[in-house]
Amino acid sequence: MYGKGILKGLSVTWKRFWDTYTEDISWMLRGKKRYNTEEGIRHRSSKDTKGIFTVQYPEEQLIVPEEFRYVPFLVYDEGADGKKEVRCTSCGICAKVCPPQCIWIVRTNDPVTNRPVPVPTDFYIDMDICMNCGFCAEYCPFDAIKMDHDFAIASYERNVYNLNKLLKPASYYAGIRPENYAREEEARKAKEAAKAAKAEAAAATS
Amino acid sequence: MATATQTQTVDLAARFPGMVSADTRPGYTGFIVNKDNLIEVATAVRDEFGFDLMTAVTGVDYIAENKMEVVYHAFKTTGGAGLVFKVQVERVDPIEVPSLINIWPGVDFQEREAWDLYGIKFTGHPDLRRILMWEGFEGHPLRKDWKEPFYEEDVKPYKSRWPEGNHTYAEEKNPYRDNLNFPEGFDPEKFTVDKEEDLYLSLERDTAKDVDGSMKTEHIVVNMGPHHPSTHGVLRVAVTLDGETIIGLKPVMGYLHRNHDKIGERNTYLQIIPYTDRLDYFNSMSNNFGYVTTIEKLMKIQVAERAEYIRVIMAELSRVQNHLIFIGMLMNDLGTMYTPSLYAFEERELVLDIFEAVSGTRMMCNYFRFGGVVRDIPDYVLQKIKDLVFERLPAKTDEMERFLNENEVLVARLKGIHVLNAEDAIKYSVTGPVLRATGVPYDLRRADPYSIYDRFDFDVAVRHNGDMMDNYLIRFDEIRQSLRILEQALKQIPQGPINSQKAAYQVRVPAGEAYGRIESPKGELGFYVVSNGKPNPYRYHVRPASFVNLTAVESMCKGSKIADFVALLAMLDIVMGELDR
Repeated sequence: MYGKGILKGLSVTWKRFWDTYTEDISWMLRGKKRYNTEEGIRHRSSKDTKGIFTVQYPEEQLIVPEEFRYVPFLVYDEGADGKKEVRCTSCGICAKVCPPQCIWIVRTNDPVTNRPVPVPTDFYIDMDICMNCGFCAEYCPFDAIKMDHDFAIASYERNVYNLNKLLKPASYYAGIRPENYAREEEARKAKEAAKAAKAEAAAATS
Repeated sequence: MATATQTQTVDLAARFPGMVSADTRPGYTGFIVNKDNLIEVATAVRDEFGFDLMTAVTGVDYIAENKMEVVYHAFKTTGGAGLVFKVQVERVDPIEVPSLINIWPGVDFQEREAWDLYGIKFTGHPDLRRILMWEGFEGHPLRKDWKEPFYEEDVKPYKSRWPEGNHTYAEEKNPYRDNLNFPEGFDPEKFTVDKEEDLYLSLERDTAKDVDGSMKTEHIVVNMGPHHPSTHGVLRVAVTLDGETIIGLKPVMGYLHRNHDKIGERNTYLQIIPYTDRLDYFNSMSNNFGYVTTIEKLMKIQVAERAEYIRVIMAELSRVQNHLIFIGMLMNDLGTMYTPSLYAFEERELVLDIFEAVSGTRMMCNYFRFGGVVRDIPDYVLQKIKDLVFERLPAKTDEMERFLNENEVLVARLKGIHVLNAEDAIKYSVTGPVLRATGVPYDLRRADPYSIYDRFDFDVAVRHNGDMMDNYLIRFDEIRQSLRILEQALKQIPQGPINSQKAAYQVRVPAGEAYGRIESPKGELGFYVVSNGKPNPYRYHVRPASFVNLTAVESMCKGSKIADFVALLAMLDIVMGELDR
């Protein structure tokens, strides 16, 4: 019969059409909210999703996974008196590995001895050139540069971020990447303990 | 693992004494053919030795030796090892090499590319115009002595970034504030594009002059694109029409050209990986795969066992979502606005969720590293992959088939249109699903297995008519086979480390050359890399499937209607990021 294929196809569309209502009604009957809730958004990106699939940005936003990466930022630890202890030592690995070469670092030199001091005088990232590849965060040996979750950075000007604008506290980092943070802290503590044990052993033998 | 490509099976030097010599440079393979004997040797390579598929043609500029080299990679459609042969000529303009277009018509665009970027004249090529750069461009950008206006240093990392990295804008280096130079004495008021004439003349070449006499008709030339909603990006096609019938056609490309090869040569080996994401931006996982396999070949390193499985899982998921989108977009181009493509996008979003959770980004994954991958798959993501592969995707593929396959309008638009026969497909170096739809079971996962594809039980999807309908149906077959591979990979995936190498931001790559290729969802994706032991590749070349597959387009649509051409473009599954690179 001519037209059978079209009807068969339309039955799929019809089913999908009904799904939008049955899904909404079944959520309603269960007393759950399908829209504007974390549960609803998670359900819509799971294997069981059917019916309305769209996440209505910006009213709703997809929940980003921990590894989600957008432009980089610099991490500082909060010192005892609120002092910002910048983790970056201006070693330059991120600037060297950066594929579009958008990281610019001014190293600090001691005014007396003229030897490098492990803290950057200034640090620029040209966010318009950054390709969000994540190499800087991946290869930083000091966990000083990390990839951000905040992707709404549109502006009317060119986005060249300096040191001040790049710095964010370690607590912020712990908030967006809890698992990574915990893992790194553990590694750091283990390293410090090993160092202390070594120093102790050295002190005992001498 | 070492593939069969790396071992030579044919001794050309013994067959042609005095004309051919083995390439003895350390790390190199293949043969060097005398320029004057090239046609004779190439004919024998095709007819005597059976290398019917000429996949990659490219130039290399050995400026220190004052040599320009053209490298040819020929393969057999029955599978197995390839044959590499090269021609070396003095690096003095005009650099001339005989064209092989009469032996393998598939070299058409690639020779034009080598002319464009290297200034190698292929004598005998009927239509040797620039292809990626625009007409009026000065110089040949891949030559080692050509420098871009934003030129800073030959290789990255640039010294200005650290330790005295005071930020400056790149455009301040150029009075035009753009990465663009004008020739001496250039006056925009007086500039005319005389090469447009050549384009239209090249259309004439195949235009039948005599119309049968019954009615007086006039041929018209129509430019479709570069901004046309159906060309999947900025592709322009100049078409000669007789009424609605196409009698000649030339694609004009390069509107998205950024000289990926030159960028690659400036980058370190590691830095290239995120740039490969931007080639075929639907399948960044496959692009990564092709590139790292090539470099691993050069470095001669093993890949961690678990990472091999992760790679296969990611590449196959990528293929599934690519083919679903293909089906959706084909419908769009046929006029079924949005419903099928949005059904396809729904599944694709779920796959992209997985990519995002493992790599950090939905499309620009940058997930592969030399020796493995960046990070392990978290357990909840592995569970989601299993849910999709074992439950959702097979059901949704069935649903898509139910939705479309028997639709009378669709069948009428696709069946018997744009038939490509196997002989022509091979002649034009077509690869991927388009080749397999003509009845040639050539799939690199089987024909020249890379990674761990030899461990999986799957069939090479093949159809026999070579028309649009078969091209459409073969995508469903491939989705099913990919799901089969995924099921096995998910069952077999072992625990263990995910990288065999120590994480390092600079890798040492021994001197030599390598051609790595994988079966990307669009066809053969090849990378030709020459290393001279330095941190940056000396030559980095991409052989994209979309670009080479487009060679066949002219012969495929001659005599058919212009409305069907739109469908043909969708069917070839081109992506401009890869085509123009």
